[in-house]
Amino acid sequence: MSILVDKNTKVICQGITGKAGSFHAQQCLEYGTQVVAGVTPGKGGSLVGAIPVYDTVAEAVAATGADASMIYVPAPFALSAIREAVDSKVRLVVCITEGIPTLDMVRAVEYAAVNHTRIIGPNCPGIVTSGECKIGIMPGYIHQKGGVGVISRSGTLTYEAVWQITSCGLGQSTCIGIGGDPVIGTGFIELLDLFERDPRTEAVLLIGEIGGTREEEAAAYIQKNMKKKVAAFIAGATAPEGKRMGHAGAIISGSHGTAREKMEVLEEKGVQVIQNLSDIGNTLREFF
Amino acid sequence: MKIHEYQARELLRACQVPVSRGELVQKTADAASIFKALANPSCIAKVQVLTGGRGKAGGVKRVQTAEEAEKFVRRFLGADFSTYQSAGQKNMVRSVLIAEDIPIAKEFYLGVVLDRTVNTPVILFSKQGGIEIEEAAVKSPGSIEKIPFSPDDPPSAEKILSRIRRHFSDSDVPAQIAEIARLLARFFVDKDAAVCEINPLALTPQKKVLALDAKMVFDDNALFRRPEIRALKDPEEEDEREKKAGEFGLSYVSMDGNVGCLVNGAGLAMATMDMIQLAGGKPANFLDVGGGATVAQVREGFKIILQHAGVRSILVNIFGGIMKCDVIAQGVLEASREIRLSLPLVVRLEGTRVEEGRALLKNSDLKIISCQTIREAAAAAVQKAGDHQTSHVHPRR
Repeated sequence: MSILVDKNTKVICQGITGKAGSFHAQQCLEYGTQVVAGVTPGKGGSLVGAIPVYDTVAEAVAATGADASMIYVPAPFALSAIREAVDSKVRLVVCITEGIPTLDMVRAVEYAAVNHTRIIGPNCPGIVTSGECKIGIMPGYIHQKGGVGVISRSGTLTYEAVWQITSCGLGQSTCIGIGGDPVIGTGFIELLDLFERDPRTEAVLLIGEIGGTREEEAAAYIQKNMKKKVAAFIAGATAPEGKRMGHAGAIISGSHGTAREKMEVLEEKGVQVIQNLSDIGNTLREFF
Repeated sequence: MKIHEYQARELLRACQVPVSRGELVQKTADAASIFKALANPSCIAKVQVLTGGRGKAGGVKRVQTAEEAEKFVRRFLGADFSTYQSAGQKNMVRSVLIAEDIPIAKEFYLGVVLDRTVNTPVILFSKQGGIEIEEAAVKSPGSIEKIPFSPDDPPSAEKILSRIRRHFSDSDVPAQIAEIARLLARFFVDKDAAVCEINPLALTPQKKVLALDAKMVFDDNALFRRPEIRALKDPEEEDEREKKAGEFGLSYVSMDGNVGCLVNGAGLAMATMDMIQLAGGKPANFLDVGGGATVAQVREGFKIILQHAGVRSILVNIFGGIMKCDVIAQGVLEASREIRLSLPLVVRLEGTRVEEGRALLKNSDLKIISCQTIREAAAAAVQKAGDHQTSHVHPRR
């Protein structure tokens, strides 16, 4: 077991003929993911490596029975790409694209909710169920089958954490980058709930950062609903107020959204807060 | 992207929101005549900078005479200005707004912002104006009316009115506010704003509602389709280094420490800054070279870090995922040679082909300190920054 994706997940790639799309679609295929088709309007009938390309998502889904899509199309076209995937009844949309206008994501999330499609991202590294399915841009080799569920707002910081987990002899069930933007499709709480119910996941690592109140909301949820152990790391203790730290979501406004505030709330609610980045692996080891 | 108050006022006026009259002063000589044209009998003079908290820092003042207006303008024009919200940065004042002094019977707050908890924009209205909305939320949460809406279906004035009417005994004032709120919500969507605030929204003794101040922030990701908003960007307000970084696809934020850092990925970059602090040092910057970290990006990153006079050592922390560590090591070496880097350089690589990458650094003729963990690397960079500092201190001190 795992959450959201496994060896049976059939994936299409929207924007497969672009540089990032073609490279990562093949990396996913190499990892063992069933990448069954790609979509680029006007490029139907061609191949990217061994992956057949279709003009529309509807055609790709009809031909392959795909139930998930990963999106690499440029930001101005991401909203229509997501709508197209939703219209084709794809169950899961993983949006890697960064720089999507916030109001477009408001529209996309609303559209997906009405049609019961789950969006992961945007501006995220994707999702990996170790040894079974990789959708996104995470390096595959750092993952190893195991019992830690990982949820993160970050990219390379997630790799660092996953690598520490793997290096200390543990592994991951599923690892999800939820994205660094202000509006995202799936938040911490929905994923914590899935992990709590997943028999293969024994503990959860939550990686947060400054900005917003997602971590605080997650903390309240964990205390109320979770029996599994949760550890958390929050990046950005040294970040200055009012500055955007790379991610559009990572901005402290007023005295809200600080790392300290988040750590205090998490600790208060019984979450093991990891202060030092180097201690992620060790801390999780103590859980097992 | 932030814009100045005077720009935000013009945008409001253009979409039919009533705004108090005001004129921009960029030369001290113009202050007196502008005062005379607007005096009621006094005026409000306000420095135009992009940071909040101007009032508390003395940058907003009621001026009674033309001489007083001129004195205010002379004092601030061309001077550095900072507030409790500036985080140590100073901004030069290049213009002052002189606005008519409107008699106020009551002050409200009206804003449209993104509510991240429900993933939609929301109209916020409070009868407590003039103070920060966060403050009002704590002091009297019941006084804030929240009206969430879908971007493709902003609410009608009637709908807004039905939500705010209970706060008033008459019907004319809330109707005026509802209409302004409707206009503001449409503006928010039409221009891809992130924050639109009118604070205070004032009620005059003659029962007329109008905006006395405006704050607007726009979504950087949407500027590509809002050229008229992008044109309002004030290039003078940007940090030179932050601007330069943007040109190379790097994300840079200047800080006041002495350990420069260059990292791939925003989250890891923030975590690296935190590690520098945990090691007893202070980061000089945030610098994210993106997930890939090409030679050109590393080179430009180094150059930007070095423009910061306070930097005494540099810490490079790269997690090579798709990008292999040996390629990154090569890039770090090339960039260091090209710019003749003389500061102590600490490099921590992890990920694909890490052994090859570390070997390249070790065998180079450059004095690079290569560390295995981020803990060791942060400690080394902080120590080197301290050493370098001391060696530069004047001998007599």
